[in-house]
Amino acid sequence: MSALPATPTAALDGILQRHGHYPTELLQILIEAQDLEGWLPAPTLTHIAQSLHIPRSRVEGVAGFYSFLYTQPVGRYRVLFSDNITDRMLGNAELMDALCRKLWIEPGKLSEDGLVSIATTSCTGLCDQGPGMLVNGRAIGQLTHRRINEIAEMIRQQRPLELWPAEYFQIGDNIRRKDSLLNLDMKPGAALAAVIELGREGWLQEVQKSNLRGRGGAGFATAVKWASARNASGEPKIIVCNADEGEPGTFKDRVLLNSYADLIFEGMTLAAWAVGASEGFLYLRGEYRYLLPQLEAVLARRREAGLLGRNILHEPCFDFDIRIHLGAGAYVCGEETALIESLEGKRGTPRIRPPFPVTKGYLGRPTVVNNVETLAKTCLIALGGGEAFAASGTAQSAGTKLLSISGDCAAPGIYEYPFGVPIARILEDCGASDTQAVQVGGAAGVCLAGYEFQRRIAYEDVPTAGAFMIFDGSRDLFDVARAFVHFFAHESCGFCTPCRVGTSLLQGFMDKLADGHGAKADLADIDWLDRLLKNASHCGLGSAAPNPVIDTLQKFRPAYERRLVSLDFEPAFDLDAALAEARQLTARDDPGAHLHTHEEEEK
Amino acid sequence: MTKQFLLDGQPVPFEDGQTILEAARKAGHYIPSLCWHQDFPPHGSCKLCIVKAAGRHVSACATPAKEGWEVESNTPEMNGERRGLLQMLFVEGNHFCPSCEKSGNCELQALGYEYEMLTPRFRHFFPERPVDASHPDMLLDFNRCIFCELCVRASRDVDGKSVFALTGRGIHKHLTVNAESGRLADTDFSKDDLAARICPVGVILPKGRGFAVPIGERTFDTETIRSKTLKEEES
Repeated sequence: MSALPATPTAALDGILQRHGHYPTELLQILIEAQDLEGWLPAPTLTHIAQSLHIPRSRVEGVAGFYSFLYTQPVGRYRVLFSDNITDRMLGNAELMDALCRKLWIEPGKLSEDGLVSIATTSCTGLCDQGPGMLVNGRAIGQLTHRRINEIAEMIRQQRPLELWPAEYFQIGDNIRRKDSLLNLDMKPGAALAAVIELGREGWLQEVQKSNLRGRGGAGFATAVKWASARNASGEPKIIVCNADEGEPGTFKDRVLLNSYADLIFEGMTLAAWAVGASEGFLYLRGEYRYLLPQLEAVLARRREAGLLGRNILHEPCFDFDIRIHLGAGAYVCGEETALIESLEGKRGTPRIRPPFPVTKGYLGRPTVVNNVETLAKTCLIALGGGEAFAASGTAQSAGTKLLSISGDCAAPGIYEYPFGVPIARILEDCGASDTQAVQVGGAAGVCLAGYEFQRRIAYEDVPTAGAFMIFDGSRDLFDVARAFVHFFAHESCGFCTPCRVGTSLLQGFMDKLADGHGAKADLADIDWLDRLLKNASHCGLGSAAPNPVIDTLQKFRPAYERRLVSLDFEPAFDLDAALAEARQLTARDDPGAHLHTHEEEEK
Repeated sequence: MTKQFLLDGQPVPFEDGQTILEAARKAGHYIPSLCWHQDFPPHGSCKLCIVKAAGRHVSACATPAKEGWEVESNTPEMNGERRGLLQMLFVEGNHFCPSCEKSGNCELQALGYEYEMLTPRFRHFFPERPVDASHPDMLLDFNRCIFCELCVRASRDVDGKSVFALTGRGIHKHLTVNAESGRLADTDFSKDDLAARICPVGVILPKGRGFAVPIGERTFDTETIRSKTLKEEES
């Protein structure tokens, strides 16, 4: 067994100590251990396994699952370009290419001196101020060629991130339209005082009256979820706030976490009061790690003020505290059972359901998992009552919805509307013109064409977790669908056969069409794959993965058909492209080294 | 009175808590599987046991039977999906049956025959998966892994060793062993472990024994996987 150098071992032991040597903390330990050297060398994994008394294979399994954990060396400057379709529309590929050229490296590879590595990553939630990137976990938006030049220079000079211009790291909220939630100016603890007055049962009744439904997209009734967990046996009960906002095009939770954190933590505490829970977790996506210090500060302030901890607001038997757990680049962890696995320090593989988390969740205990926005909204109910909340929105969709608007419009940002708002009204408000299509609900959502713009945002019409990406007449909807297909293939956890293989096959078919080798037979295969993914997948990721293709094939079929070179069959294999390596090795690129030139000559 | 559901129109009795797959096999109806094993809790990853219950697709191995359900299994639609799933498993790995020691005893191959898989249908992925021949008694040929995790579960839950685990994600997911070197020889794996004989395909193979039973006389050469599974259920 190879020995570790002395300093990292001491630092590593400090990290292990801080986490009490609990195997449930494995993911948190790996994230912090990686900060020591920028990656996780094999002896580090061995040391962690020994200290936690768990098999090394389990540690390696977890380290290999998350995109932001590296078991191979990466650069001291680790640059990740956000690769959502909105970033692509703003020219991220060109910017990445420019940075690679300036630093003399290839994407995905480490520079020989170990200084820098550059790659892409799934949507970082900066669509309103893209193109975005993460440098060693810190978010930078509004990338331009000028910024790229400066970044290249600072990396070459090895300037520490703390000395980079502060305005690089300023992430604006871009709130454009406020309604009841964003206008709420609540003194911390006010909602809690109100529900303690009501009693646990009375508070649950108010939530029931409010008709509040989950803002994560599925729209499950919050009161039903809370009551199920309250009635389930097993202690202690757990409240989880799902801040793993990974759906491409969504960034409203980023804004709530940045500027409304008290509402979120108060909402979690309100949930704890209803359910009788004593432990809480906020699962923060790795892309938002830069928000961690300020969130921890809010928690500390709330503990100080008696709003967390033992006997909250002097109420006997009301004990509740919140810990923040970090994710590390895995969209699938937004699925609640995968999130719970991740909280337990495991690979983020969705569980078999039933049992549902409300009866058997975190460590087998009754667990409520709610979206950030859902929890914040409970403050409104606590202060104004359930009936008042139910009075806005539509009959089946009470209250308001935060929308994250990005893409082709004059004013991207956060818009809060009462449920029932028509798409056309939103497009007008954000200054969109010549709109060809809107992708509502992110990659997993629905693509709406012009004739559907009178439809409304509501659970009963167009449900959404909050993403709203706009594409004008100049955009090719095939490219949009293809970007989302790539996203799902990258984010599939790989547990079940249909999603693991199907998303990659679908990516292969979309690439085949994009490369100009499409045939009508491919569309039939795509159709078949779409159905199998929908039917046979283990969780929502797999069953939603074909959505962008299904929608665009139905509504924008010409975008596919103009890519077909044959009505029958066309092989994906490109003989000339297969010779590229031989050309590179022989340093030849003359016409004679290309197959099609020969063919043309023969003609 | 015992409860029952309808499987392809035929009544199947079940007890509370029994899954569709268990009840069906007990009653003499075959539902295929690769990752399911009677000695372990349901896993639900291969999806070959997929059936339509009350109009919804579910894994028969993980879904408790319900009174009065109408379940479709042996239909052209479901068998077509199973064939597709088998084709997916074949193209994502490197499966060269004619030169595989497990040929004739391999459940994946047997299911390929059972569901009349005549072509791979999709493009081959041809992944690079090096063989691990470091162990004195056993060989690991990762090319054939279908990620059923039976070796992972057997080693962890029965042998108490956790020799195997999955790492990576998505299509890059792969099997790894419990050693910093990544070599099987550096683990406490033994040829007597349950994990050494549970692989349904040809990943974990004993060394020093090759083609002891000639091809043509092996398990699934003489009997279909359907009839073998149902016979085992009876005994």
